[in-house]
Amino acid sequence: MLNVEIYITLKKTVSDPQGLTIKHALESLGYQNLQEVRVGKLVTITLNSEDKKKAKQKINEMCRKLLANLIIEDYSFRIKEV
Amino acid sequence: MKFGVVVFPGSNCDRDCFYTVKNVLKQPVKYIWHKQTKLDDIDCAILPGGFSYGDYLRTGAIARFSPLMKQIYRFAQKGGLVIGICNGFQILLEAGLLPGAMLRNKNLHFICKYVYIKTETNKTPFTNFCSRNQILKIPIAHNEGNYYIDKSGLKTLEENRQIVFRYCSQDGAVNNQSNPNGALANIAGIINKNGNVLGMMPHPERSSEKILGSEDGFLIFKSIAAWLNPKI
Repeated sequence: MLNVEIYITLKKTVSDPQGLTIKHALESLGYQNLQEVRVGKLVTITLNSEDKKKAKQKINEMCRKLLANLIIEDYSFRIKEV
Repeated sequence: MKFGVVVFPGSNCDRDCFYTVKNVLKQPVKYIWHKQTKLDDIDCAILPGGFSYGDYLRTGAIARFSPLMKQIYRFAQKGGLVIGICNGFQILLEAGLLPGAMLRNKNLHFICKYVYIKTETNKTPFTNFCSRNQILKIPIAHNEGNYYIDKSGLKTLEENRQIVFRYCSQDGAVNNQSNPNGALANIAGIINKNGNVLGMMPHPERSSEKILGSEDGFLIFKSIAAWLNPKI
């Protein structure tokens, strides 16, 4: 089986109000020197397959079709054998 | 003329839209379940507000793959009138029938209140009963209404006069103070290039009778009716 971790993040050019709020909260807790905080999503998928190359292709397709909205988001993923 | 109100699992303004068309506009209307693979004989499709599929993943992201959406796409391509309100607007964006995307409201709050919007153009099937620059009092109720599009997209929208509504103050000032959710250029509603698909975050169906506090939303429904049947 293959374990896939997909990270979906807002594009750098898109402002992230959640990240800004969390940054303020961390600062109010005394954590300094925070350059930036941004929030994203993690989607995990377990595939009944051993073929990494094919999986890569399929995951790209899933991300473009549904999991990420490329107008506002970027995605990346890691595939691990389990 | 016939109206169809599309019902997704999680839609919750479908009945308000149905009621407004049937009892206030007094025109024939029916519900269309999202699983239908054929679109009935209608002249205007209404995609109502709500929380289709629980807003999971992104607002509208899953509803856009409903079987009926293929038919809505075809209907829109042929020039049929489609109006998406709130979640309906979000679905039209995800479906690519309108450009851009929605981000979370800048202040991270779900905002439910009356706002003012400026009618930027009345040369559309949805606003021909309004005068140009008319200020409408219509409520919003959403968590993701912070409209975003890239620079070139915004330029195209402006050049083609596709921005139909902008958030404004009571006296029509379009600025940061009158922007409830952080939407780019105060955008509250846009139309496609062909002028037959409109998306708007404010709810005209919640402001179509005096008892509700405003009748301004009814101008949208009246405009559609007048467009479909100029004799009315």
